Amino acid sequence: MGGLQKKKYESGSATNYISRNKARKKLCLSLADFRRLCILKGVYPHEPKHKKKVNKGSTAQRTFYLLKDIRFLLHEPIVGKFREYKIFVRKLRKAYGDLQYPTFIDALRDVDDALSMCFLFSTFARTGKCHVQTIQLCRRLSVEWMNYIVTSRSLKKVFLSIKGIYYQAEVLGQTITWLVPYQFAHDHPTDVDYRVMATFTEFYTTLLGFVNFRLYQTLNLLYPPKVRDTHTLSAPGSELTNAYLLQSLALFHWFLCLILSFSHLHPCSQEDMEKMEARVKAQHEQDKQKKLFEGLKFFLNREVPRESLAFILRCFGAQVSWDKSLCIGSTYDAEDETITHHIVDRPNMDKQYMNRYYIQPQWVFDSVNAKMLLPVEDYFLGVTLPPHLSPFVEEKEGDYVPPEKLKLLALQRGERPVEEDEEDDEEEEEEEDDDEEEEEDDDEEAEEEAKLKEMEEKKSQGKALPVKVTPGKVKSENRHRLEQEEKAEEKRLAIMMMKKRDKYLYDKIMFGKKRHVRETNKMVAKRKALDEASKADRKKKKQKKQ
Amino acid sequence: MSARGAAAERNSGMKKTTEKRKNREKEEQQQEEEELPMFDKNADKVGHLDDTDEEKEDLSDSEESVFSGLEDSGTDDDDDEEDDGDDDDDDDGDDASGEEEEEQDEENHNKVEKDPAAGETSLTPQTEDKPAKSRKLKKKKSVTSGGDEEEERGKSERDSGLKISSQVDEYEQDTSDEEDIRNTVGNIPMEWYKDFPHIGYDLDGKKIFKPIRSKDELDEFLEKMENPDYWRTVQDKMTGSDVRLSDEQVDLVHRLQHGKFGDINFNEYEPAIDFFSNEVMIHPVTNRPEDKRSFIPSLIEKEKVGKLVHAIKMGWIKPRRPKDSAPLYYDLWAKEDPNSILGRHKMHVPAPKIRLPGHEESYNPPPEYLLTEEERLTWEQQDPEERKLSLLPQKFPSLRAVPAFTRFIHERFERCLDLYLCPRQRKMRVNVNPEDLIPKLPKPKDLHPFPTTQSLVYRGHSSLVRSISVAPGGQWLVSGSDDGTVRFWEVATARCLKTVEVGGAVKSVAWSPNPAVCLVAISHGNTVVLMNPGLGDRLILSATDQLISSYEEPTEVKDQPVEWSLAEGTEHQQGQRLILTHPRAVKQVTWHGKGDYLACVMPDVSSNVQVVIHQVSKRRTQNPFRKNKGMVQCVSFHPIRPYFFVATQRHVRVYNLIKQELTKKLMTNCKWVSSMAIHPGGDNVICGSYDCRLAWFDLDLSTKPYKMLRHHKKALRGVAYHRQYPLFASGSDDGSVIVCHGMVYNDLLQNPLIVPVKVLKGHTITHDLGVLDVAFHPTQPWVFSSGADGTVRLFT
Repeated sequence: MGGLQKKKYESGSATNYISRNKARKKLCLSLADFRRLCILKGVYPHEPKHKKKVNKGSTAQRTFYLLKDIRFLLHEPIVGKFREYKIFVRKLRKAYGDLQYPTFIDALRDVDDALSMCFLFSTFARTGKCHVQTIQLCRRLSVEWMNYIVTSRSLKKVFLSIKGIYYQAEVLGQTITWLVPYQFAHDHPTDVDYRVMATFTEFYTTLLGFVNFRLYQTLNLLYPPKVRDTHTLSAPGSELTNAYLLQSLALFHWFLCLILSFSHLHPCSQEDMEKMEARVKAQHEQDKQKKLFEGLKFFLNREVPRESLAFILRCFGAQVSWDKSLCIGSTYDAEDETITHHIVDRPNMDKQYMNRYYIQPQWVFDSVNAKMLLPVEDYFLGVTLPPHLSPFVEEKEGDYVPPEKLKLLALQRGERPVEEDEEDDEEEEEEEDDDEEEEEDDDEEAEEEAKLKEMEEKKSQGKALPVKVTPGKVKSENRHRLEQEEKAEEKRLAIMMMKKRDKYLYDKIMFGKKRHVRETNKMVAKRKALDEASKADRKKKKQKKQ
Repeated sequence: MSARGAAAERNSGMKKTTEKRKNREKEEQQQEEEELPMFDKNADKVGHLDDTDEEKEDLSDSEESVFSGLEDSGTDDDDDEEDDGDDDDDDDGDDASGEEEEEQDEENHNKVEKDPAAGETSLTPQTEDKPAKSRKLKKKKSVTSGGDEEEERGKSERDSGLKISSQVDEYEQDTSDEEDIRNTVGNIPMEWYKDFPHIGYDLDGKKIFKPIRSKDELDEFLEKMENPDYWRTVQDKMTGSDVRLSDEQVDLVHRLQHGKFGDINFNEYEPAIDFFSNEVMIHPVTNRPEDKRSFIPSLIEKEKVGKLVHAIKMGWIKPRRPKDSAPLYYDLWAKEDPNSILGRHKMHVPAPKIRLPGHEESYNPPPEYLLTEEERLTWEQQDPEERKLSLLPQKFPSLRAVPAFTRFIHERFERCLDLYLCPRQRKMRVNVNPEDLIPKLPKPKDLHPFPTTQSLVYRGHSSLVRSISVAPGGQWLVSGSDDGTVRFWEVATARCLKTVEVGGAVKSVAWSPNPAVCLVAISHGNTVVLMNPGLGDRLILSATDQLISSYEEPTEVKDQPVEWSLAEGTEHQQGQRLILTHPRAVKQVTWHGKGDYLACVMPDVSSNVQVVIHQVSKRRTQNPFRKNKGMVQCVSFHPIRPYFFVATQRHVRVYNLIKQELTKKLMTNCKWVSSMAIHPGGDNVICGSYDCRLAWFDLDLSTKPYKMLRHHKKALRGVAYHRQYPLFASGSDDGSVIVCHGMVYNDLLQNPLIVPVKVLKGHTITHDLGVLDVAFHPTQPWVFSSGADGTVRLFT
C-alpha cells in the first residue's frame, strides 16, 4: 500500500489557525497584554471555514487567530520588551501604523472609527477617565482634521441624528463617515472598560496624526499647523508658542478660523479647480456643491451648536461669525448690514433686521444634503420644521420613499413644487379610480361565479332546472390578463419541480421579499393615515376660524 | 515638621539629655503637686485643676493624643500613639522613641498617683463641661500602672537603649493588679502541678500546699444538693480553694455573658460630639499656643535655599522645560511600496464600516417612522439583540431640544470590542436572482394534449367515492362508494345508468381490461363480487355470461382459501355473477392485462395470506407468497411480462411469476406508500405516498427513484398512468389532481422529461380528504377523479 498513514490535523486548515489561548501562551503574554498587542498591531480573530477541522474535531467555542499573524507578533522585537511598557509604546508608535497599514489608502479607509473616537474623547471633561494629555491630543487632532476638510472642501453629507451629528466626507476617493456627539457633559457608564477604550484611543491618535500629516502634505500645508499672527491675540506675552496654544481648548476655535482665513488664499485650491474643470460634468456638480454657500454671510445666534455649524458653513465657502462674547474668532457683529442669513434656534427674536433671513439650523443641514439652497420659507422662526431626512439612505426599487424625499428629488430636478392640497386631491382621485376599476373586474367575476354555483346547487338537489334559452353574451376576454395568468401558472408549475435545496433558498428569498413589501405597504398606510388625520385637523381649524 | 525634623536630626544627642533633665524636673514638680489632693480627698477642684495643667502639657507633646481621646479603649490608644510616634520618629532612631515612652510613663505614673483621689471625680458630673478631658481621664483610669519600682525598672530599661514593645510595658503595669496573689508560678497551666502536693510558691519561695480536698463524687453531689450557694462557687485554680462569688461578681459575669460592658455605669451610647466638623467655631479646639520654633526661620532650610539660589545663579540648575507631550508625526507612508505587502496582509479582512443611519435615526424624522404605542411596547419587550431598530425613534420640535445620547460611550465601546474581539470572515454574498433558481422547463402549452378544464361532474353518491374504473372501451365508468353502492355512468353524458346496492362500503372497483368480456370486480368487506353490468354490446354481455356458466367443476376439489359461489336471485338480476368470500377484508382488486387473472389484497401483518390471485375462468385461487414481508399496500400486474408488483410500506417488490422469484426491490424513499401505477410500456413505475411524495422509477435504470416530486401539499391517495399519452396523474388530500407529462425517450442519452403540466382543482375537501382516486380515459387525454365530496369529476 505504500506511504505512511496520514495523520489528522497535521496539515491544511488545522495548521493555519491557532486558538487564542495557545497564541497567548506562545507569546508568553497575559491576556491584557495580548489584547493590547492585538489592538495596536491590528490582529483580530478569523473565523475558519471548517471550524471543526481547525478545532481538531472538537466543537467547543474557540476564537481563532491566523497562525501567520501570531508568528508575526512572535518575531516582533517589541514583544520581548513588553514589560517595559513605556519603551514599548514609544517603539510601537513608530512601528505599528506602518505595519498595520501598508499603504496610506488602507489607513485612510479605517480612519472612520479613529475620528469618531477622537471626537468623543475630545468632548470628555477632565474627570480622570483618561489622561488630560489624551483629551488635548484628541482635540488637537480632530480640529486639524476639520481644518483639512474645510480647506479641501471635501464634506459631502451631514445628518442630525439622535445620537449626534454625522459627517461624511470624501477624502482622496475614500468615503469617510464620522459621528460627533452633541455638546453635553457625558455621564460615564460604569460598565465600560475604559482601558480598552484608552488603548484604542492611543492607537487612533497615532494613526490620525500620521494621516493628518500626509493629508496636509497633499494640500501643501505645513504640519503641525502654526499660528501666524499671534499679535492679534490679547493673551499675555507675545512669544506665544504653539504648545501653549494647544493647552487652551478655548483657543482652538480661534486657531481654526485663523487657518481658514489664509487657506482661502491658498493657490493649491485654484489649481485643483482647473483640473476639475477638465473633468466630466459630474465633477461640475461637485464643484457647485463645494461653492454652495459661497458669498453668503451667516451669523450664528448663541443657542445654536456653533462649532458644527461653523465647520459646515465654512466647508461650503460661507462667512460665519458669532457673538463676540461667546467665543473668540468672531469676525463681525450681529449688527452687520451685509449678513444674509441669521441662524436662530428660538421661537422668536425681539430685534429683527429686514435684509436677512432668520432661519433654523436645520436649513443648513438640509441644504447641504440637497446640494442646493432650499427655500427658506419652511425654516423660518417658529415654523414647524419639515422632517429631516437621512442623506445616507439610497432607496432602491420597491423600498419605501417618504414623500418629502420625492418632493426634494423633484426640487433637484428643477420642478416647481405644486400647491400641496391640489396635488393631494388629485392623487387621491386617481387612486380612487384605480380602485373602482379593480372592483368592477372583481364584481363581474364574482357574479358569474355566483350564478354558476347556483346552477350547480340546483342540479345537485335534483330539481328540474327551468330550461330556458337566453341569448348568449359575448364574453370579453382580457387577453392580457389571460396571458399573465398563464405565465403565473407556468411559474407555479416550474416551482413545483425545483430541487429541495433550491426550493429552500427560493422560499427564503421570496419570504424576505414579501416581508419587505409588507413593511413598505405598512409605512405607506401609516403615512396615509397620518396625513389624513393632519388634514382633518387643518380643516377643523379652518372651520373654526371661519 | 521638616524644620523640626531636621533640627532633631542634628542635635538629637544634645536634645535627648536636655529633655530628660526637663522631664525629671517636671516629675518632681508634679509629685509635689499631687501630694496635695492625697491629703485632702474632698478637694476635687484642686485635683481637677492639676489635671488640666497636665492635660495641657500632654497636648503639647502630641496633638494626636486629642484625636485618640475620641476612641473608647485606653489601651488601644496607647498603642496607636506609640505607633504614630514610631512612624514619625523613625529617623530619630531609638532615642526618640524612648523619649515618647518616657513621657507616657510619666503620664501613667501621674495618673496612678492621683487615682485614689481622681478616680471618683472623673465620673462626677462636674467634668461634663469638658467632655474631652473626662474621656481622657477615663482612658487613663483604665490604664493602671505599677508603683515606683516599675517606674524605675522602666527607666533603667530605657537607659539601656532598648526599644520596649508596648505589650511588655503594659504587662509590667498590670502586675499591680495581681499583687495579692501569693502564688508566684505565673501564668502557666496549673495542670503541671497536678501530681504535686503543692500548687506553687509564695513570695518567699516557700511551697504553697494544696488545700486538703478529699471530696469524692458523693460529697460533691451532697454539696450540690445542700449548699444553696453551690452555683456561685468556683474553684480558684491558683490557690485550689473554693471561692464564693459575690452578688456584684455574679452580676458582672452575667453582663459579660450577654456581651455588655463590665461597668454598669458605662454608657456605650454617649452622644457623639463632632469636634473637627466643617463648622467654623470661634474658639480653637485646642488652646495650645504655637511653638516658639515655628516663629523662627529654619536654619537648615535657609542653608538649602541658599545652595539652590547659588546653583541657579551659577547656572548649574536650569528651569525645567515644559514637557512636550505631543508626539512627533512624519510621513509614515513616504516610501510605501504596494509590492512589499506581506503575506499577512493578503489575508487581511478590513473591519466592516459601521452601519449608516436611516431616516428613523433623525432628530426630526418623517412621522411614519415614529413608532405607534403598540410598536413601542413590543420594542421595549424585545431583547436588545432581537430589536430591529437599535434605538427608539423620537421627534424633537427643534435642534435645541435634542438631549445628549446616553448610550454614546456604550456604542463606541461596543464598536471597540467588535473590532478586536469579533472573528472576521470574508463572506461572499451571492446575489441570487430567484428567477434563476426556477428550472427551465418546456412550456405546458407545447406538451398538449392533457386535461385542462373540468367538464363533467358525476353526482349521485352520498358518501366518499373510494374507487373508480373506466371500461376498456372508454364508454362506461364505474365508481364504488362508502354509501354501499356501485354506480355505473355513461362517460359522455354523466348519466347514472345503474346503481347496485352491494351491502357494504365499496373499497375497490376494477373493470376487466379484456374487451371481449364485460366484467367488473367489486370488493366490499370480505367479499369480491364479479359483476356483469349489462352495459354495451349484447354479444359481449352474453359472451361474458357464457364464460361464467361454462365453468365445469374439476374432478379434484382443492382446498382453497377463498370460497367461490354463484350469485342467485336478486343479486343475479342486479348483474352479480360470482361471489368470492375471503378470510379478511379486501382492500384492493386489480386485473391482469389479459383479464383472466385477478389479484386481491388483504392487508394484515400477522398473516401469510395477504395477496391472493384468482383465475376467473377456472375459479381457482392461489396464494403466491409463502412468507409475509410486511404489510402489503397495493399490488399490480406488469402489463406485458409475467411480473407482479407488490408495494409494502416502504418498498416495491417485483416478482417474476414464472420463475417464482424476487427480481427487484425498489426503494421508494417514502414513509408509507399509498398507491402505485405502472406505465403501459412496463418500464416505469410511479408510487404515491402518504408523505406527499411521488416517486418516479425507471426500472432499467435503478432501484431508487429517478425523480421525487413533492408537488402536493398533502398525502397522495391515487396515481394513474395514461395508456397512450405520456401522462400521469396524482390525486391528493389537498383536493387537487396534478397532471404531469412524463416522457421517456428511446435515445438512452436523453434524460426522461417529467414536467407537471396542470393542476386541476374542483373537489371540495370534506373530513380532511380530497381526491381519493384518479383514472385516465383509455383513449382520450381525459382524467377522472373521485373525491371525498361524493362526486366524480371529469377533466378534459
